[in-house]
Amino acid sequence: MTESKLNLDKNKINRARELSKQITQPVNKYIEQHTTVAIERATLRMLGADGVTTDDVPVPNAIVNTLGDKIQYGASLYYINAMLRKNLSTEQLNDEIAKGLDVSTIELGDKALIIEKAKELVAAFAHRVKGNVAYRSSKITEFKEKENSPLLYLIVATGNIYEDVKQAQAAARQGADIIAVIRTTGQSLLDFVPYGATTEGFGGTYATQENFKIMRKALDEVGNETGKYIRLVNYCSGLCMPEIAAMGAMERLDMMLNDSMYGVLFRDINMYRTFVDQKFSRMINAFAEIVINSGEDNYLTTSDAYEKAYTVTASQFINEQFAYDSGLPAKLMGLGHAFEMNPEIENGFLYEMAQAQMARELFPEAPLKYMPPTKYMTGDVFKGYIMNAMFNFIAKSTNQGILLLGMLTEAIHTPFMQDRFLAVENARYILNNTKDFANDIEFKKDGIMQTRAQNVLDETIGFMEQISEKGLFDSIEQKLFAEVSRPKHGGKGFDGVHPKAAEYFNPVYDYLEVELGLKK
Amino acid sequence: MDNMIRPYGDTMNDGAVQLSFTLPVAHSAKADEAAKQYAHQLGFEEVEVVHSNPLSENFSFFVVYGKSQQQINYDKIEVEAVEKSMDFYEVNNYIKDHIKRKVVVVGACTGTDAHTVGIDAIMNMKGFDQHYGLERYPMMEAHNLGAQIPNEELIKKAVELNADAILVSQVVTQKEVHIQNMTDLIELLEAEGLRSKLIVCAGGPRISNKLALELGYDVGFGRGTYPENVGSFIVKKMVERKSSQ
Repeated sequence: MTESKLNLDKNKINRARELSKQITQPVNKYIEQHTTVAIERATLRMLGADGVTTDDVPVPNAIVNTLGDKIQYGASLYYINAMLRKNLSTEQLNDEIAKGLDVSTIELGDKALIIEKAKELVAAFAHRVKGNVAYRSSKITEFKEKENSPLLYLIVATGNIYEDVKQAQAAARQGADIIAVIRTTGQSLLDFVPYGATTEGFGGTYATQENFKIMRKALDEVGNETGKYIRLVNYCSGLCMPEIAAMGAMERLDMMLNDSMYGVLFRDINMYRTFVDQKFSRMINAFAEIVINSGEDNYLTTSDAYEKAYTVTASQFINEQFAYDSGLPAKLMGLGHAFEMNPEIENGFLYEMAQAQMARELFPEAPLKYMPPTKYMTGDVFKGYIMNAMFNFIAKSTNQGILLLGMLTEAIHTPFMQDRFLAVENARYILNNTKDFANDIEFKKDGIMQTRAQNVLDETIGFMEQISEKGLFDSIEQKLFAEVSRPKHGGKGFDGVHPKAAEYFNPVYDYLEVELGLKK
Repeated sequence: MDNMIRPYGDTMNDGAVQLSFTLPVAHSAKADEAAKQYAHQLGFEEVEVVHSNPLSENFSFFVVYGKSQQQINYDKIEVEAVEKSMDFYEVNNYIKDHIKRKVVVVGACTGTDAHTVGIDAIMNMKGFDQHYGLERYPMMEAHNLGAQIPNEELIKKAVELNADAILVSQVVTQKEVHIQNMTDLIELLEAEGLRSKLIVCAGGPRISNKLALELGYDVGFGRGTYPENVGSFIVKKMVERKSSQ
């Protein structure tokens, strides 16, 4: 990390962090007292529940659906109890449940034996995930020098996982470091994770465990061929946040979009539901060393990037605190922001650079995720290509960590293969040609960029004071973020939130709390 | 009268065109030649493959310049004044200019249908395929009630919110279940004297404009509809109704 270019006041930065603690604290209190159907299903998956019934209901859903009020004691209790009472392996039990066995009706046996068995199942899960972490670390170390800095992030989205594989491998050969497989429209609103390999989707491909596995294998293949570790991204958001995290941990995904604010504002997911879900999903991501990406960039697609820059910074602080509260270290926080200022603004480039540099200085260890222009992209692909170049230049000269490449045809169609190639060419030219630019420049004292950043930080603090006073949930309801209002008890998924009983049992949660140092 | 024209590169009538495309073959001299001959087949002469690059094992990218003798009689060109859908910005500006208040839209996937994908694509903030949903329109107040909403509840909500338009999504069409449900809504609206006060739109992958009109709706939107198509229709229809009153 280079020394400060923006001359930001340390006391103000500390003040913002104090405020984010004040903001998250009451939310955390609610989170601790509740579980959700998705948390229970994720836990079951990590203990070994898998498969589908004859009606295509995933086994974890089949179990949770039968629990009723018993969910307050934790689904694991009934799942493990059934395993012991019937003396079945996880596979055998999954088969029985798929055929209609209702584990909630089996009389509970000795709790000590259940706890014992839980330890064994959690250990198997932990062993698998730790193996994944070790494999990833060794490959990243092995191939370190071929990595781009920032990492170049490209998206595929055909709807057919086998077609995605072709496009993803092509993108990796062209120079991408990270491949994201966009999900099908509306998957975030499904309260279950579909099963198996899929070949049909709308504007994207279903996230399923089998699809994760297929893409993982394809990227490992092309990575070994090109001498790089290609990171795989999916979307740990929506109603199945923790389940997707569990599947990603098991199948060695490397990054996850993981931001409940995004779900609330842009997908109308109930806020209580998704904040509770987010905590557990981030714990799983932290354990699997999966980098999360937060979605602040989206605010600027509805609000003006110049006027509302402070909402992005405030949300980054809040997201950071929620991540810490889930045991997720700074090096795994891909906090988001975007290059979305109106290109007609005089000196807009300076304001964009000030904002990107401020994010860098406020979150020095975070691998910040920088999103390309979308809002002001048009059918003029030539102008779009220049805008992407300006964006790439800022990304490099402010040391961003993850660079989502802009497509010159952003406003026209889903990318042609050549569009991705041109995007990589654009970025690599700039990354190489301005390699040490960031270390070689200083910003003028009290110049346009310093002043801009200092003003945005002041506005951020003012805004966070307002949120702290109202409470986060009321602030969302009152349209403080992205100019969208969401009622506290509205949206999707609130009926899946349940208070935990005093005897609530979740062996994975307990294990992760200790592993992540959240509880001594 | 004839006014024959061709593309202009640097000389009148030179017919110069720039092209770029990908061919599904490995990058090689043969691939370059294939790109050149392909451009010939498109009708270009003096073809030059000025740049080519491998994209993947079996894909190559080309930038090609060529000249075409094709010409067109500009005086014979006629354009129909087609009713083009307005875009996000145009819809909002149209509301500002012509309606001068927020347009209230209430949408739901009604009856037993649990598939929100259609109504969400049209209404949710995020939208679909980079087309923003109606919730994001600053001059609209969009309420997405979600799935499995009974017609009675949709109407109740529309009255409560003083809606200008109702959107009904029907995805499941097995055993023609949607026909009955869609007909019921219109009958209920007519019974309550609300039909003429509202713009009533139907949408779904198997809904056609023809079907919707037959059932008494103002419009039907099928596959490939974007939020701005729906937005455009509603606001234009509102202004049209007002002016005919």
